Amino acid sequence: MAAPELVIEGRDITRDYTLRAGLFGTSRTIHAVKGVSFAVERGKTLAIVGESGCGKSTLARIITLIDPATSGTLLIEGKPVDIAHQRMTKALRATVQIVFQNPYGSLNPRQKVGDMLMESLILNTDAPAPERRERAMAMLTKVGLLPEHFNRYPHMFSGGQRQRIAIARALMLNPRLLVLDEPVSALDLSVQAQVLNLLRDLQDEFNLTYVFISHDLSVVRYLADEVMVMLSGEVVESGSRDALFSDPQHAYTRKLFAATPVTDVGAIRARLARRAAAPAAQ
Amino acid sequence: MATLLEIRNLTVAFDTAAGPFKAVDGIDISVSAREVLAIVGESGSGKSVAMLAVMGLLPDTAKVTADVMRFDGRDLLPMTDREKRAIIGREITIIFQEPMASLNPCFTVGFQIEEVLRRILGMSAREARARAVELFAAVGIPEPEERLRSYPHQMSGGQCQRVMIAIAIACNPKLLIADEPTTALDVTIQKQILDLLVDLQEKHGMALIIITHDMGVVAETADRVVVQYQGRKMEEADVLSLFETPKTAYTRALLSALPEHAIGGRLSTVSDFMETHQGEER
Repeated sequence: MAAPELVIEGRDITRDYTLRAGLFGTSRTIHAVKGVSFAVERGKTLAIVGESGCGKSTLARIITLIDPATSGTLLIEGKPVDIAHQRMTKALRATVQIVFQNPYGSLNPRQKVGDMLMESLILNTDAPAPERRERAMAMLTKVGLLPEHFNRYPHMFSGGQRQRIAIARALMLNPRLLVLDEPVSALDLSVQAQVLNLLRDLQDEFNLTYVFISHDLSVVRYLADEVMVMLSGEVVESGSRDALFSDPQHAYTRKLFAATPVTDVGAIRARLARRAAAPAAQ
Repeated sequence: MATLLEIRNLTVAFDTAAGPFKAVDGIDISVSAREVLAIVGESGSGKSVAMLAVMGLLPDTAKVTADVMRFDGRDLLPMTDREKRAIIGREITIIFQEPMASLNPCFTVGFQIEEVLRRILGMSAREARARAVELFAAVGIPEPEERLRSYPHQMSGGQCQRVMIAIAIACNPKLLIADEPTTALDVTIQKQILDLLVDLQEKHGMALIIITHDMGVVAETADRVVVQYQGRKMEEADVLSLFETPKTAYTRALLSALPEHAIGGRLSTVSDFMETHQGEER
């Protein structure tokens, strides 16, 4: 094989937001993303980790071509893309899709699941109605739902099923890159496991590239190839999953590890011992 | 240790078009003074409903029956709502999953905590203000005097949850119920909130019930664990034996759904376990 093909690359991406402080107040600029560079190879997963407010969702919006970057270069499949100055084409829209965190908020409650899946085909392709229907049906079964779910509304589904619908909708246009913005953090652990398995199966089947955004290191460890840790708009550490998990360099990464719940028996025993020794137990 | 809360054969049924649905089906739960009990289960397992039934917070459509429901030597079953109110909200308090939704957006957080102090403890406005500052400091809110004047939307999710905890411990309850207290929060904040809850539990010598779906949270906090599935109790054990030698297939399923247990492989889901192990238990 030739050199690994980069699906998406960001060079020195920044994003500022300007806040106006009333009529006479001075405006304030917030630097949400400060000079972030990254690259993801085809079929791989880049995980972006950080707590709320670190700019990871802003970066996700830039990668998904929802918001333009303030400065920096974004390359999709090697071609520079700048949505602030060029028209969004249908082909470009089909390249990158996103799945949001909250499947209760991201699905239109008044639209049937089938219509939801077919809508992106109507907007972005010339596929005739029977073909649209067929592709939507096929996608439903692909994400583990049933053809009879086609005519149902979102409120008839559980959280995990809704996230499957959101994933199906994102995949309708055969995107090369899927941005997953905390796709499992609103779900129960057991449902989370099902959705993570699904994501992994879909990646293998379609050779998908993922940008996976999360604050949960145990999920990242399960899914990611490369990991990038962000803190207040900057990348503090990045590297392969194995390197980062075996030998975290930055103090903030270590703090994240310390906050992740430990479920091995030794750790529980140590905690119980500390608790028994605490004088306040009396 | 003295038993603080004792519930035997609790059943909560809702009437549906398809006949009565038992959300909780004959559950026994007891908590001793100064104990941390975790109730674990997926959504729909009835873990929240059981505690809401004790609190009397369920709608009238719920039919609650129990053989015994006793708190601190007093029988809760024959009590009128009025008599119950002397206990609920004073000796038993609760915090919920969504701190933003639990606080009233129209009033400052200071007003909301002082309201509790004035109404329930009969404090004067001045005493309530002073005590509110102390409570905010106790739950780790920086600049408590300033923060009292903030509205919920001006605070982060973690800060709001701290306010909720401050309100819940305002009357020195004997039992604090935390219903998924950290599910909406980031891991670093989750760690802080869990540490705070256990710390307060030890300092005030109260009992704590943590309702969660996350075995990680259980490992970090609990003394004893009740595992609940489809309205029934599957297993009850101290935290160490639960993680060391889980007795039921369902508990093993919950444990193996933790992403750190399946690096590189597939995550097993609850349905894998429940199908292959059908009939093994009870």
